[in-house]
Amino acid sequence: MSVAERDLVVTPEIRAKYEVVIGIECHVELKTASKMFCGCRNTFGGEPNTNVCPVCLAMPGALPVPNVLAIEHMIRAGLAFGAAIPAYSKFDRKNYFYPDMPKNYQISQYDMPLTQGGIVRYWLPDGTVREAALTRIHLEEDTGKSTHAGSADGRIAGSTYSLVDFNRAGVPLMECVSEPDLRSADEAVGYLEALKRTFVALGVSDVKMEEGSLRCDANVSVRLRGATEYGTKAEIKNMNSFRSVHRAIESEAERQIAIVEGGGRVVQETRGWDEAAGVSHSMRSKEQAHDYRYFPEPDLVPMEITEERIAALRATLPALPIVRFERYTGELGLSVAAAAQLIDGGLADYFDATVDAGAPPAAAANIVLADLSRLANEAGIAVSESHVSPAALAELVALLEAKTINSKIGKDVLGRIWREGGSPKTIVEAEGLAQVSDPSAVAGFVDEVLAANAQSAADFRAGKENALKFLVGQVMKNSRGKANPVLVEQVLRERLTS
Amino acid sequence: MDVTTATAREIASAVAAKSISAGEIAEATIAQVARVDGELGAYLTTTPELMREHAARVDARIAAGETLPLAGVPIAIKDNMCVRGTRTTCGSKILEHWVAPYTGTAVQRLLDAGALPIGKTNMDEFAMGSSCENSALGVTRNPYDPGRVPGGSSGGSAAAVGGFAATVSLGSDTGGSIREPAAFCNVVGFKPTYGRVSRYGLVAFASSLDQIGPFARTVEDAALVYDAMAGKDPHDATSVDIPVESTADHLRTDLRGLRVGIVKEFATSDLGAEIDACYRTAYADLERLGAELVEVELPTAKYGLATYYLIAPAECSSNLARFDGVRYGLRVDGADVGEMYEKTRAAGFGPEVKRRILIGTYALSSGYYDAYYVKAQKARTKIAADFARAFEKCDLIASPAASTPAFGFNAKSDPVAMYLMDYYTIPVSLAGLPSLSVPCGAVVPEGGTHPMPMGLQLASPLFSERLLLGAAHAYEIATKHAEKLAPRVAVTP
Amino acid sequence: MASDRIDVPHVAKLARLALTPDEVERFGGQLASLLTFVDELRELDTESVAATAQVIESRNVVRPDTVVPGLSREDALAGAPAAQIGFFRVPKIIAAAD
Repeated sequence: MSVAERDLVVTPEIRAKYEVVIGIECHVELKTASKMFCGCRNTFGGEPNTNVCPVCLAMPGALPVPNVLAIEHMIRAGLAFGAAIPAYSKFDRKNYFYPDMPKNYQISQYDMPLTQGGIVRYWLPDGTVREAALTRIHLEEDTGKSTHAGSADGRIAGSTYSLVDFNRAGVPLMECVSEPDLRSADEAVGYLEALKRTFVALGVSDVKMEEGSLRCDANVSVRLRGATEYGTKAEIKNMNSFRSVHRAIESEAERQIAIVEGGGRVVQETRGWDEAAGVSHSMRSKEQAHDYRYFPEPDLVPMEITEERIAALRATLPALPIVRFERYTGELGLSVAAAAQLIDGGLADYFDATVDAGAPPAAAANIVLADLSRLANEAGIAVSESHVSPAALAELVALLEAKTINSKIGKDVLGRIWREGGSPKTIVEAEGLAQVSDPSAVAGFVDEVLAANAQSAADFRAGKENALKFLVGQVMKNSRGKANPVLVEQVLRERLTS
Repeated sequence: MDVTTATAREIASAVAAKSISAGEIAEATIAQVARVDGELGAYLTTTPELMREHAARVDARIAAGETLPLAGVPIAIKDNMCVRGTRTTCGSKILEHWVAPYTGTAVQRLLDAGALPIGKTNMDEFAMGSSCENSALGVTRNPYDPGRVPGGSSGGSAAAVGGFAATVSLGSDTGGSIREPAAFCNVVGFKPTYGRVSRYGLVAFASSLDQIGPFARTVEDAALVYDAMAGKDPHDATSVDIPVESTADHLRTDLRGLRVGIVKEFATSDLGAEIDACYRTAYADLERLGAELVEVELPTAKYGLATYYLIAPAECSSNLARFDGVRYGLRVDGADVGEMYEKTRAAGFGPEVKRRILIGTYALSSGYYDAYYVKAQKARTKIAADFARAFEKCDLIASPAASTPAFGFNAKSDPVAMYLMDYYTIPVSLAGLPSLSVPCGAVVPEGGTHPMPMGLQLASPLFSERLLLGAAHAYEIATKHAEKLAPRVAVTP
Repeated sequence: MASDRIDVPHVAKLARLALTPDEVERFGGQLASLLTFVDELRELDTESVAATAQVIESRNVVRPDTVVPGLSREDALAGAPAAQIGFFRVPKIIAAAD
């Protein structure tokens, strides 16, 4: 039943009676050079069926051999979320028929996955930190891709035939399953963003929904607030961006609330989200449960993971995004926006170094996010690749904080160091760029300008504020930018109003 | 040297000594196969051009001074092993026209060692069967009686060697598919320890049981072939990283100091007087060679068949899912892909394959997995433990390879009756042990007119191929049973 | 357990095998007798026994993350029953997979 068909309008009052319960299931393609069980390249795109071999095409007689890096990525991902890594793990066959599954079974993990449990801590737009538990993360292989031909919109329904490309078949995949701990579309997106950030920081995946390296399904149900039993859930598929996930969850919550509030019962089913139309369509009843006939993969041998191996992999974990976020917004007092931008912009390491070199956090964040980032964007390089060392930047911030130089000079000096490297202190001293804050010197500049601009002075006295700005600009020009602008304005006003 | 009857050892030595060229070997073999295979039916595909190509390469390498352990040795390859550019059918309509785009590791190693590929041999469809009658593509006859089966599933490979249409051949053994046809065809058939020979390129039937192994007319030849192909393969995660001890240069001439276990549960007294006598003689011969005979018990062995007929079909039901008409092989069109799958597989698979897929699917299915599949895997643990315990008391185990000699076509119409042919070989497979069949005499079958070969099964602990082949060689040279029988298919013009 | 007639049509569906009614009948009988045959396993005490997944004891057999050339597209599609502009073509897919 689509939104349009609902009889009941869900008002805010009705909405408030219900709690939405969401669990997210993600498939994340791992960043490796080769596929999970064969040496074919793990890459996005390419002409169809040019990246295949007997193994990933499931030719008779072919056998899988697991990619060691994929296993290590998995374990590190689990460790990043505090999951338990068992001493023993294995692969299993998940048997079902589908044209993009060359073997008609998928090598996956059933009862002994590489990680168990774990907690994903994420932040909401307002900076609140929440957490959702992970059921598990396990390792498996991706399927090929089918394109459906003969229908108007490229969807399966209405197609007359399909074309299958196995380039993607066998790419290593992490399946992350969360507990139904999320309670809103915002939380769901926050959770997904946390997964993405963490996987990118770990280097285990690029996590690009538009390239299919992150795919997710949401299990959504509703219940009256205060209820202890879960409502019937529906699975939503086909969301191709985080925004899409947000919209789809909100839509589904409303759809289900309308049904329940109207006295009906939610059907357990799979629904496909249609981003263009903003609605979901029933795909099939999830009651038709599949019998996957899982059994241990006889072509592979089990994995034994020692404490030493786990410790060695744990030692390779970088600073985790959520840990940084909490420190930035807590101890360092940055705004949520600044903290998020530093982390998501790949600027956190640079920022940390600048703070370690003595710069006050807020000022450092400011200059990194504004001036330095602008220079970097214009040059098409990363901040960390520039000539501006964190130590130099810290020095510059110190000069500004001490009001030794004003902000305009600060920008100039930054530009100089950007092009040539070097130390701001040295440049300022060598070229005498220190701000002029001596009142009598400033007064001298002001008097010169007032004498040369009697009309502007008169305009100001007549009530035009803009004239003051002009006069300030002239003083700055005459002092070659070094006059303390605050003092300049102060002195000008004094002169003009006396 | 008569190429047709020469051993691999003789051929390789002669080619190395340049007293004959690989090219001449190839021509003689091609002519011989043309002469006898009409009646024998061992080959589904012959590859004379490929054989000539390889022969030329071997001759060039010999001329350049290389040493090739199998220089010029003609080899027949069971049609479930991929050889690039050749039709690889597995005896099935579903792969009747499929040409493999790659060569499996074991075959490649043998070709690299100088072997010349004669062609691909007939087999029970997807290696399921014990008579070769389940082939959808041809009939192979027992070289010692054209009215009888060669055994299976490697019937073609066994018949080719037994009928002098190949010097050596490759078969695959899951529950006895090398040992039983070897016994029926008067040749040596050897199954290495599970994991010794790469399965990459072997079309999978039961992944935890399948092994590639050689047929030959002498134990020494089987040892030569094994030595050239065994060892870890990075393409097969189940191939073991244990150093391969060469076997062909360590063959024994007696069995002094060895204890041979005779299995209480495999008593031959109820197999009929003649067969009983045949094995009693064989055991006595072992003793005469210096072995001490000890009685051992394998109390769980009797559950071997039940165990096997749950595990093997379960694994095969999954392994054969890939045959669906999408990427290769037969396709029967349907209104939608689901219908295409069902019609393709219905048309492409024979009844035995369908039966095993059905029972395997059932054993894995929801509600039945623990009672059937898991139970069988536990029984398997017990069977392996029985063998381990028996090997505390003995170094080798001896038993019949099969309970009867080769039977007539259509003699075993009941599937379960056919399954019983692997009674002695299956428990050994379940434990992963190295094992072989070596000719041990002949008996006139019930209703038969002349003696038919019998095979003695020997098995040894995991990874003890050198011991096993060494002992078999001692038995063989002392008893020389194989040469006492003449095949009924024309050997020489 | 042996007295359960196997639901042959259901199992055949799982295995994507189209069976004629005659085959359903015949296989049903054969499978039932096979199940009687394997049912003797129930007598075996496997209480304290672990299931064998493999007889070999290897662990951690893996391959390094290196790219190895695969098949040319020509070879990949050579045996395809129906190929179209580099893809494998199949009849329409009715239900989406799980």
